[in-house]
Amino acid sequence: MSSLGRIGAIVDKEVRQLSRDRITFGMVVMVPLLYLLLFGYAINPMVRGLPVGIVDLSGSAAARVIAEQVRVTQVVDVVGTYATPTEAEAALMTGEIRAALVLPHNLTQRVAAGETVGQWLVDGSDTMVGNALLTLRSMPLRLDAGAPPGAYQPAEATFEVALFFNPERRSEVNIVPGLIVIILTMTMTLFTSIALVRERERGNLEMLITTPIRPLELMVGKLSPYIVVGLVQMGIILGLGWLIFDVPFQGTAFSLLVITTCFIGASLTLGLLISTAAETQMQAMQMTMFVLIPSILLSGFMFPYDAMPKAAQYISEAIPATHFMRLIRGVYLRGSSTAQLLPDIIWLLGFTLIMLGIATKRFNKTLD
Amino acid sequence: MTDTAVYARGLTRRFGDVTAVDAVNLDIPRGQIYGFLGPNGSGKTTTIRMLCGLLTPSAGDVSVLGLTVPGEAETLRHRIGYMTQKFSLYDDLTVTENMHFMGRVYGMTRGATRARTRALLADYDLADMHDRRAGDMSGGQRQRLALAVATLHDPDLLFLDEPTSAVDPENRRDFWEKLFDLVEQGKTILVSTHYMDEAERCHQLAILDEGVLRRQGQPAQLMAALDGRVVEIRGRDLREVRTRALGMPELLSAAQQGLQLRVLFAPGVTDPVGRLRAADLGRDLEMQVTAASLEDVFVAATLAGESAGERTAEHAGASA
Repeated sequence: MSSLGRIGAIVDKEVRQLSRDRITFGMVVMVPLLYLLLFGYAINPMVRGLPVGIVDLSGSAAARVIAEQVRVTQVVDVVGTYATPTEAEAALMTGEIRAALVLPHNLTQRVAAGETVGQWLVDGSDTMVGNALLTLRSMPLRLDAGAPPGAYQPAEATFEVALFFNPERRSEVNIVPGLIVIILTMTMTLFTSIALVRERERGNLEMLITTPIRPLELMVGKLSPYIVVGLVQMGIILGLGWLIFDVPFQGTAFSLLVITTCFIGASLTLGLLISTAAETQMQAMQMTMFVLIPSILLSGFMFPYDAMPKAAQYISEAIPATHFMRLIRGVYLRGSSTAQLLPDIIWLLGFTLIMLGIATKRFNKTLD
Repeated sequence: MTDTAVYARGLTRRFGDVTAVDAVNLDIPRGQIYGFLGPNGSGKTTTIRMLCGLLTPSAGDVSVLGLTVPGEAETLRHRIGYMTQKFSLYDDLTVTENMHFMGRVYGMTRGATRARTRALLADYDLADMHDRRAGDMSGGQRQRLALAVATLHDPDLLFLDEPTSAVDPENRRDFWEKLFDLVEQGKTILVSTHYMDEAERCHQLAILDEGVLRRQGQPAQLMAALDGRVVEIRGRDLREVRTRALGMPELLSAAQQGLQLRVLFAPGVTDPVGRLRAADLGRDLEMQVTAASLEDVFVAATLAGESAGERTAEHAGASA
């Protein structure tokens, strides 16, 4: 019986301690609540509403009918029209559209002959996006007003599909750059989220704040070494990806360095902000996890951004990993230049500066 | 430049409903060791933190080395050294690395930091262990390192918050000799302690209790002020005698020290021995008025306005 009493004493103590740790207690309630709502809506393996462009070289009535029927599948969302395939390819490079439907000059003759009517140019750097567009390959069409639905179905395929950047649809091509995003998010945020809290827990901070050091100096000094650590991590992942998984690198080293440094900055400063809010290393780790899971699930790493509902996309846009996922797929797999990807780079830079500013402001040199 | 290192009027700090420091006035002269004596929770650390600019006072005016605090705290930081109650250097850095790090944080040149580090390591008997990690050192060694680092940038004023709480008596004695060396060099030292022997070494002393400054002055003066109020009683059954003695309203405290019972009378009591005899405390008791110790001063100061019985029990426990 005394054993039960001792177990009871431990249980009682744990419950009291847990209820006094506000952040842990909040996590207990918030994590299931938020994650369920967020991911229940956001995670949808059915890909819908991919932004695509139309290149109509025929200018025919049939082209407009085809475009409309493609749109009503809901797999794609026509967001632009381009005069030439070259223009459409440029839009693919910047990530503006994920695919373009090219309808040729001789569309009317092809329809009359019952041939393939057009070609999809697809950004294959996200395999789920590529797969979704491949389902349109043999979609039946209805080109005559009087004909029954799906009457037009060429023997070969309704559309040709050209998968750019990853023609073999190998998942590792998609996974390796994606892993850079996840690994950097995890390690960079964790490193700095613990950094300040550890000094506070060990008592170092009380001494440090009596010195003339300025908060910004402390912050920048704490971050800088980890930028190198992050770049080394990226080098290891890319090197292995190239050596073992044979993932081709299309971009320039310069672009890769620029975007990765921007993302490392964003992750580190986010960690720093966590560090100013957490009271113990345990809390800092919990908060990092709270950031990490959405970064994995909502950044486009596991599920395409384009397929998420609007609300989830707004949340996704607020996560640095989303922007870096776009950037690294652009640079790594499509060979996009930094100029083509400027909006996401500016976003990451802005995020870094804002986080650094807030963290510096929150960290004042008093014990009040 | 005035001769006052620290000036405070009405210094107050509240944490919620609790007043940790209550309207403290201080005039600490330069070139002296000034002690804060008080039990745990008496407001010593809070006062020191306010004087360094680490805590914002709820009320009151503070000026340290002629600089207004907290307004000019950043300028002040170059001129003060602070030794925290808990060891706050980096356990995973070596002695030299810790010192070089702090030198650079204080904006000293690399050459100056190196020269100063070498000199301090020799001064503080740390030269042999210059490449030892701080975490692997003994309490006394770490305390010497902490003091060396606090003086690294040659500050005019040192704040030492219970610097000897984790140190054996021998190291404590050496440590105090170092403090007097520093005063000799013209430094002002503000040190908090709950050890009577340490407090007695200070040039001047402030006794803090429950956030209130109860007494301020030179230890000898403070003790002299209690002349004629302390009586030593020798004899048998001292526990019994003590219980009876505490029943006397004019008695502030009674604490046993080995074979004798030391009793302290309230101010204004004449002929204390006669009163004790009249109270019929026991048989064959030897009684003698004796010089007050600092502990008597402390008890007299901290009993003000308190229920004598309770406080005495605590006092007796602490001195046991």
